[in-house]
Amino acid sequence: MTARLLMYLGYPFVRYALIVGVLIALCSSLLGVTLVLRRFSYIGDGLSHVAFGALAIASVMNLTNRMLVILPVTVISAVLLLRTGQNTKVKGDAAIAMISVGALAFGYLLMNLFATSSNLAGDVCTTLFGSTSILTLTSADVWICIAMSIAVLLIFVLFYNKIFAVTFDETFSKAAGVRVERYNLLIAVVIAVIIVLAMNLVGSLLISALIIFPALSAMRLFGNFKSVTVFSAVLSVICALSGMLISILAGTPVGSTIVAVDVLAFVLCSAAGRMRGGVL
Amino acid sequence: MAQLIAKDLCVGYEGRAVLRNLNFEISAGDYLCIAGENGSGKSTLMKTILGFIPPVSGTIMTGDGLQRNEIGYLPQQTLIQKDFPASVEEIVLSGRQGNSSSRFFYSREDRQIASKNMERMGVRNLARSCYRLLSGGQQQRVLLARALCAAEKMLLLDEPVAGLDPKVTEEMYALVAGLNREGMTIVMISHDLDMAVHDAKHILYVGKPVFYGSRQEYLKCGLSLKKAGDSV
Repeated sequence: MTARLLMYLGYPFVRYALIVGVLIALCSSLLGVTLVLRRFSYIGDGLSHVAFGALAIASVMNLTNRMLVILPVTVISAVLLLRTGQNTKVKGDAAIAMISVGALAFGYLLMNLFATSSNLAGDVCTTLFGSTSILTLTSADVWICIAMSIAVLLIFVLFYNKIFAVTFDETFSKAAGVRVERYNLLIAVVIAVIIVLAMNLVGSLLISALIIFPALSAMRLFGNFKSVTVFSAVLSVICALSGMLISILAGTPVGSTIVAVDVLAFVLCSAAGRMRGGVL
Repeated sequence: MAQLIAKDLCVGYEGRAVLRNLNFEISAGDYLCIAGENGSGKSTLMKTILGFIPPVSGTIMTGDGLQRNEIGYLPQQTLIQKDFPASVEEIVLSGRQGNSSSRFFYSREDRQIASKNMERMGVRNLARSCYRLLSGGQQQRVLLARALCAAEKMLLLDEPVAGLDPKVTEEMYALVAGLNREGMTIVMISHDLDMAVHDAKHILYVGKPVFYGSRQEYLKCGLSLKKAGDSV
């Protein structure tokens, strides 16, 4: 088995996939803690559907670089969704549901009307659940992904204290003179970027899993923000890496294998947390 | 000069006043209790004091060297905080966020101030404990320590004893009164006037009619006020 693994690792596209996969897992788990704690888990889900719709538009327009459409559309949706928190006619959860199913429907409609290939069902399935796209990355894709991941990491580390403060108590931060709206905007944009990146790895339907599972697992075990953040990042990378290796060796779909490993890790962490009878 | 001055202040949302023509001054070392029934506009007034919403008309100014963002604020606990994984130290330290807005990380000075305020509130030994596992009274002490990190002169407490049992409530009031004796200006919002009136130096009763005056004045005409408020 080791020999087979080494053989696969000899291919550059496998190495690319592993690098990109690890980076995406790392970024998504970091922001996941904030999203879960602020009860925004669904935003990840909603945005991923928006990204799917945007992808459909990009395919129909036959763009060579689909990112040019997907990224701005997703970022704008993220900003709009976070805005709906207060004082709007449509409440937050309803707004997310509206946008996400709307985007999903339009995406499929467009793909259907302007189908470029004969295997429509296959195409849709690929974008929703991710499949081979992670293995067909060009080196340009890899560099874009690395650059964006580094940007996300940098933003997270630099604004870690502010993100904690705004997540824990928005009102207090506001009273202390922190421009809360600005940080919310920053978080929204970063989440949108992560979702667009993660679409390559697990497909748009499974992105939320990548975002919320490591955070939830870590919260079963630890009682302070730093440990939760660090542990969820480490766990997410381990899960993504082992998920990808399993899928390469066993020939299973990449995205769903990674998510399956994440779910397993969550079950283990829950059990461990319960056995110890509390958090650290 | 007073630290906070309200002049013909009307507070409310989108140009519609909930409370009208408030006039009060809070000077250094004062202890003002803002009381009133639910829905009387206490929270709206509080948001205006903190600068979250603009006054409908009139003015509210800070003075005596106090900046608006130097008011230490103890908000009511939110649902999010009930299962938030954070240590006491992390939370208290986050009180320094407004003072270090230009920097990304906390300085040694920030950490010392946080440590000092944990000591002051008697939660130093809990520094590494998980916030969500603490008792209600301990949690309030932690949030009070955080507010102290943000403010040196004035604290604004929003229903600080909500959900606490009678014994812990008394402790909380004693703690706040102690801070007041040390020179901290206190503004407390409460619907429980009877308890709060014990320590307060001034009372602002927002209801019908609005009352503002010293504790003695309030005690003199307080009962009749309350009755009038009930019958309206």
